[in-house]
Amino acid sequence: MTPIMLELLFRSLWETILMTGASGLISLVAGLPLGLALVATSRGGIAEKPWLNSLLGAIVNGFRSVPFIILLVALIPLTRLIVGTALGTWAAIVPLAIAATPYYARIAEVSLREVDRGLIDAVRAMGGNRWTIIREVLVPEALPGIISGFTVTLVTLVGASAMAGAIGAGGLGDLAIRYGYQRFETTVMIAVVIVLIILVCGIQWLGDRLVARLDHK
Amino acid sequence: MNSVVSASAAAALPQADEVVRLKDVKRRFGTTPALDGVSLTVRKGEILGIIGRSGAGKSTLIRCLNGLEQTDSGEIHIEGRSITGLSEKDLQPLRRRIGMIFQHFNLLSAKTVEENVALPLKIEGLGKTERLKRAAELLDLVGLSDKAKAYPSSLSGGQKQRVGIARALAARPALLLSDEATSALDPETTRSILALLKDINRKLGLTILLITHEMEVVRSVADRVAVIDAGRIVEEGQVWSVFADPQAPITQSLLSGIRPQLPDTIAARLSRVAGTEQILSIDMAGPAAQGALFADLSQALPQSFRLVHGGIDHIQDQPVARFFIAVPTRDAALPEQVQNFLKARGARVEVLGYDANHA
Repeated sequence: MTPIMLELLFRSLWETILMTGASGLISLVAGLPLGLALVATSRGGIAEKPWLNSLLGAIVNGFRSVPFIILLVALIPLTRLIVGTALGTWAAIVPLAIAATPYYARIAEVSLREVDRGLIDAVRAMGGNRWTIIREVLVPEALPGIISGFTVTLVTLVGASAMAGAIGAGGLGDLAIRYGYQRFETTVMIAVVIVLIILVCGIQWLGDRLVARLDHK
Repeated sequence: MNSVVSASAAAALPQADEVVRLKDVKRRFGTTPALDGVSLTVRKGEILGIIGRSGAGKSTLIRCLNGLEQTDSGEIHIEGRSITGLSEKDLQPLRRRIGMIFQHFNLLSAKTVEENVALPLKIEGLGKTERLKRAAELLDLVGLSDKAKAYPSSLSGGQKQRVGIARALAARPALLLSDEATSALDPETTRSILALLKDINRKLGLTILLITHEMEVVRSVADRVAVIDAGRIVEEGQVWSVFADPQAPITQSLLSGIRPQLPDTIAARLSRVAGTEQILSIDMAGPAAQGALFADLSQALPQSFRLVHGGIDHIQDQPVARFFIAVPTRDAALPEQVQNFLKARGARVEVLGYDANHA
């Protein structure tokens, strides 16, 4: 592999990390409250509001059912509004974050829903309000699941970011398609796959370590 | 005291020493009534045990007292304040006056033992140093000072419940609710937890309302007992007097495992037809049970009976006696004489039947 190819590989790795990291962070910040809202407004939840729950559920399902490549193109006007351009790495972060947020919200919802109702009762019996329940019970008790769900989301984003090549975002997936596949450069293809495996394993390892440290169950 | 007396007491005006007063509280789930007109009072400093089978409504009852469960009708007063119809927000300060412990402990797994104990104080808005100082005092009270930094998952069931008790006491409540607090524990641990509750009741003068399905729990800690069945209080009174003379069939059935019963082999032979021996049950309690009954009986009527089974229990320092005796029928007047003697001494005597086969 030539030095130029090597430089291209590193640049692509950085683009992938940037896209995955930024959109992952946004999906965490937006998806966790959305997951909390889904749990809180559901039947028997701490802020039961069935109509709001149905509405949120429909929005989440709507976004999740659109194939990412379609979302990527459909969101171009929004992307242009936010980033100023519809092309490049930063432009890809908008559709990636919008696709990952409802995905992560559902994963967070599952973890939050598994928190023992008895714990919520205990804190209500102490005179705690909803905010106390969220801060002292739901989030801390579901934290291992919230973190491992975030790991899953990040790995999914690594895969999804490959498609962002369609709007010139670069990244490892794009490199593999343009050089490895379209130009028959097998070495590049293999190199990209190895880097991706290391990246995914690294994310998973970090996530697992963090969960092991936080889980006191 | 019997249920009639306390029902009229419940209808009277609230008194200063009443921590809890319920009047005709009803709650139904769908078409099944969970509480069907419950009236009850809990006085300051006492331990009231509410006993019933599962599904009798006792969990619903205890959860109504701190507003975890809504009522359909009736009145609930806590320390003289009506809590029925209060919003969740208005219930919050009131709940801080009531501690609660649970069957499955309900400790937060992500918090250390001291953080769990300090949580009610955090909710109250107390500073961290003060919170941890109070948590340390409470852990000392329940004998778990060395576990302050541990996580609940590393504790045994009994230790977890001790943490639960410490946590429930953190905000210095006026009332402690115990929701089947010992039902998940082995007999030995149960005894130590009950001893701790009794100790706290004495030391702090804390009023405790506990619900359970085990008579043994009521026997060992409660001052008064209320028996709940199908959402109604069917019997209520001092523990020793209810144990000595249970009226409701459900109370008798709940007590069957803990009071002396006629041995099965004899019960199986029992017949209504006159036989060689008449089998009697004798119940005595309180001062009446303190004399030398059987010595006196055998002196007055020599060779008049054979002791079959029974014993004397001490509940709240009151003797509660229950015996089964066999009276020979060869002298036709003897059974009548024995019964009259016992009745004159204040015993409740019941003819259970005749044992034909005993030689």
